[in-house]
Amino acid sequence: MKTLGVILLSAMLTDNFVLSKFMGICPFLGVSKKLDSASGMGIAVTFVMICATAVTYPIHHFILVPNSLEYFDTVAFILVIALFVQLVEVILKKMLPPLYKSLGVYLPLITTNCAVLGVTVLNIDNSYSFIQSIVNALGAGLGFMLALVIFSGVRKKLEYVDIPETFKGVPATLVAASIVSVSFMGFSGLFS
Amino acid sequence: MAENKNSLVKEITKGIIKENPTLVMLLGMCPTLAVTTQASNGIGMGLATTFVLLGSNIVISALRKVIPDKVRIPAFIVIIASFVTLIGFLLEGFVPSLYDSLGIYLTLITVNCIIFGRAEMFASKNGIIASACDAIGMGIGFTLALFIMGSVREIIGAGQWFGMDIPALHQNPMLIFIMPAGGFFTLGIIIAVINKIANKKPPQEIECGSCDNCPMAGNCDKKEGESA
Repeated sequence: MKTLGVILLSAMLTDNFVLSKFMGICPFLGVSKKLDSASGMGIAVTFVMICATAVTYPIHHFILVPNSLEYFDTVAFILVIALFVQLVEVILKKMLPPLYKSLGVYLPLITTNCAVLGVTVLNIDNSYSFIQSIVNALGAGLGFMLALVIFSGVRKKLEYVDIPETFKGVPATLVAASIVSVSFMGFSGLFS
Repeated sequence: MAENKNSLVKEITKGIIKENPTLVMLLGMCPTLAVTTQASNGIGMGLATTFVLLGSNIVISALRKVIPDKVRIPAFIVIIASFVTLIGFLLEGFVPSLYDSLGIYLTLITVNCIIFGRAEMFASKNGIIASACDAIGMGIGFTLALFIMGSVREIIGAGQWFGMDIPALHQNPMLIFIMPAGGFFTLGIIIAVINKIANKKPPQEIECGSCDNCPMAGNCDKKEGESA
């Protein structure tokens, strides 16, 4: 049994969802242009990850497993995530209008962020306990935010660089992502 | 969209080159980067995705008049997730080695932007046969892209191709290419090469605000207006 601290840090750094597991690449490339939107997206994803984990864990262990319906995991989880994103949207709109306003655009996008489905499935695959699952989701979300925030800084520099014509746009962004990913490789082996 | 032979052939070929989902439209990046450490994995992932795409496109196209517009996104997601569960069972039963190497990314086909995008942009507006052709074309294009990625990474990163050693490269493979960083790098280079060959303007910067790369494009009124 891994300790909670190790789970948190390894989900954030060594097994960073974006840079070493390639989950959530679409928002990573799409929303990382500005620092505000990067951190906003990071917060929203972290929030949904934790909530989705808190809901899917009981669904898996108390509804699907007792009825030996484990193969419904994917369908059930993605529905929970889709519904949850909608719910979060409605609640935030009513209760916290300022936060809703700052996240507004990014909220519906979270449904199809594979990092969210990924973290809920990984929690089940790794047979984590409830607390461990929540901590793992928190670490994954923070790691996602970290990658986005760091990369938004890199992209800002990239805008002022003279890039060959063919590399302009997406190719240059991907090569920059590769270099950021190399830097995260430095964390590997930190908790083995 | 007249369903004569010519247009059906066009539906298939457009997905392979002109509208290649991965290399031109830049959809479905996650599996493209994650599973392409080997050429065979790339093909396996491509075929699994093609199967899901074909199934979901046919079913969604058949049900496009039954599904109310307001709940179409959850409905699509459930249809797609069912096909993913199905292909999971099939692979586990018949090709367990591929099932193991794809791992969690098999489940994540559910949230692959390509499938959702085609459901939203094509299957929900076109007939069954056209949708099936579209799915086959897009699937082949995706498989091809994954195969190219996987080949480059396996040959350079491991000195092998489909598990066969390549004499000169095998002794000193550049391991970085099969690591995550190499994935980003290879994809960047391949897209740049395609830009160069096509000699066209580089693809627009990815922006979630623009619907092309946005998996939730269906929610966006602007896009619907454009493609309708």
